[in-house]
Amino acid sequence: MREKILHAIARNSKISASDLALMLGVSEEEITSEIKKMEEEHIICGYPTLINWDFAADERVTAIIEVKVTPQRGRGFDQIAERIYRFDEVSALYLVSGNFDLAIVVEGKSMREVASFVSDKLAPLEAVLSTSTNFVLKKYKENGMPLVGEVHNDERMLITP
Amino acid sequence: MRNPLNKKVGEIKPSGIRKFFDIVSEIEGAISLGVGEPDFDTPWHIREEGIYALEKGKTFYTSNAGLMELREEITKYLARRYDLHYNHKTEVLVTIGGSEAIDDALRAMIDVGDEVLIPEPCYVSYVPCVKLADGVPVTIELKEEDKFKLTKQELLDAITDKTKVLVLPFPNNPTGGIMTREDLEEIAEVIIEKDIFVISDEIYSELTYGREHVSIASLPGMKERTIVINGFSKSYAMTGWRLGYACGPEEIIRQMIKIHQFAIMCAPTTSQCAAIEALRNGDEDVAHMREAYDERRRYLVTRLNSMGLKTFEPEGAFYVFPSVKKTGMTSDEFATKLLMEEKVAVVPGTAFGDCGEGFLRISYAYSIENLKAALDRIEVFMERHKK
Repeated sequence: MREKILHAIARNSKISASDLALMLGVSEEEITSEIKKMEEEHIICGYPTLINWDFAADERVTAIIEVKVTPQRGRGFDQIAERIYRFDEVSALYLVSGNFDLAIVVEGKSMREVASFVSDKLAPLEAVLSTSTNFVLKKYKENGMPLVGEVHNDERMLITP
Repeated sequence: MRNPLNKKVGEIKPSGIRKFFDIVSEIEGAISLGVGEPDFDTPWHIREEGIYALEKGKTFYTSNAGLMELREEITKYLARRYDLHYNHKTEVLVTIGGSEAIDDALRAMIDVGDEVLIPEPCYVSYVPCVKLADGVPVTIELKEEDKFKLTKQELLDAITDKTKVLVLPFPNNPTGGIMTREDLEEIAEVIIEKDIFVISDEIYSELTYGREHVSIASLPGMKERTIVINGFSKSYAMTGWRLGYACGPEEIIRQMIKIHQFAIMCAPTTSQCAAIEALRNGDEDVAHMREAYDERRRYLVTRLNSMGLKTFEPEGAFYVFPSVKKTGMTSDEFATKLLMEEKVAVVPGTAFGDCGEGFLRISYAYSIENLKAALDRIEVFMERHKK
């Protein structure tokens, strides 16, 4: 049941508990209590909205920063990761395999703001060995949803056998 | 001038759905729950394979029966999903959708005057195709209290000395009814005893909820007297690719290939290439879609019942078949009024046979948001016409 609830709200977090109950064939109370439990267990971590900022009035700049770091004795990458993700500018942070260690997604109002975050806050950290900043030019898809504004018309005929 | 027309064709009535379609197209802002095809796009990896086939210049005819590679994948698929075992070299024909396979099978098996049993309500093409094949369609009225299954007694009652073929359309469009293994075993006994053949239209086989589809051809003694028809339209959301297939005894398939060869030549090559990809790597897509349909099905059945439209719980396809008898309206009246007053299009049950009177076909090949909006309107309509 949990998995089914998660699949459904991953697609649409606004769906009502009563609709979910009808779709999944269980009571509304069960849905509400399962969701509450999953929030408490941090399986559900939040309900942000997917926004295409390119279409909004706000100027926004996103960069993906590749960072090489020195892991700390006893704590591995966790300590340095935590120091980095606490910055408000960081919207996502991943430990990755490959040529670098951390992939950081940084958002700012301008390229200058992102650049100063890198040079003033990120690069000076003792454990950070090197950074490589990639500015995002265009977002096509995020969280499984295309962002390029394609309108999905129902092309089917209205009535078919 | 002489009458240019063939009498047989002239006598065939155009589909009842067509008439309704014409009305709906005139209404602006109508929400339609009237389509018989998936709302999903063909999964991208399958479309990509079609594109790749074009890029590679696979733009020529294939062999009449279809690409060997595809036929092989079809037989593997049928073996792993339904325990059906066919020889891909001699017992498979790839067609232009399931519809061509139905036509080919009937024409290959029916002589003038042979009776063909057709359980109704059902898909619109069986009766006309039988007539075009010079057969005599004999319809069997399925009943709501039997969950629209074909019962042994109904079958026995319909069989005469002239009966040659039974068309078995399950999971069923428009009722959503299915036949379980036990249901099939009951009728298989009669079929074997009376020595008739089966055209089993299993195009909705991937869309069953709660239990797996069983093909009648997998029962003992049935494979040699059954043509199994299936395809890619419903399971992989590939309606526009026009691709289906028939499997059955070599002697029947060989004759079907002749008809196909002279009328069609071969199914579209691009579609065949894409279909190989669908069978190889599409199981997960099918499962996802099935799950989505299942959610919508539950949603619809519960809401329709709670607003006073009695709906039996369908176990297959993507239709519900609620009864409007309590409203005192005929199917046609209900559907027309609903369209005029609330701008929701559903198909009157009568489009699928006379015994569809008193019922509507509502498709759930729509997003939940869409269904919700339409159901809200139907609810208003039901309130207004409360008896």
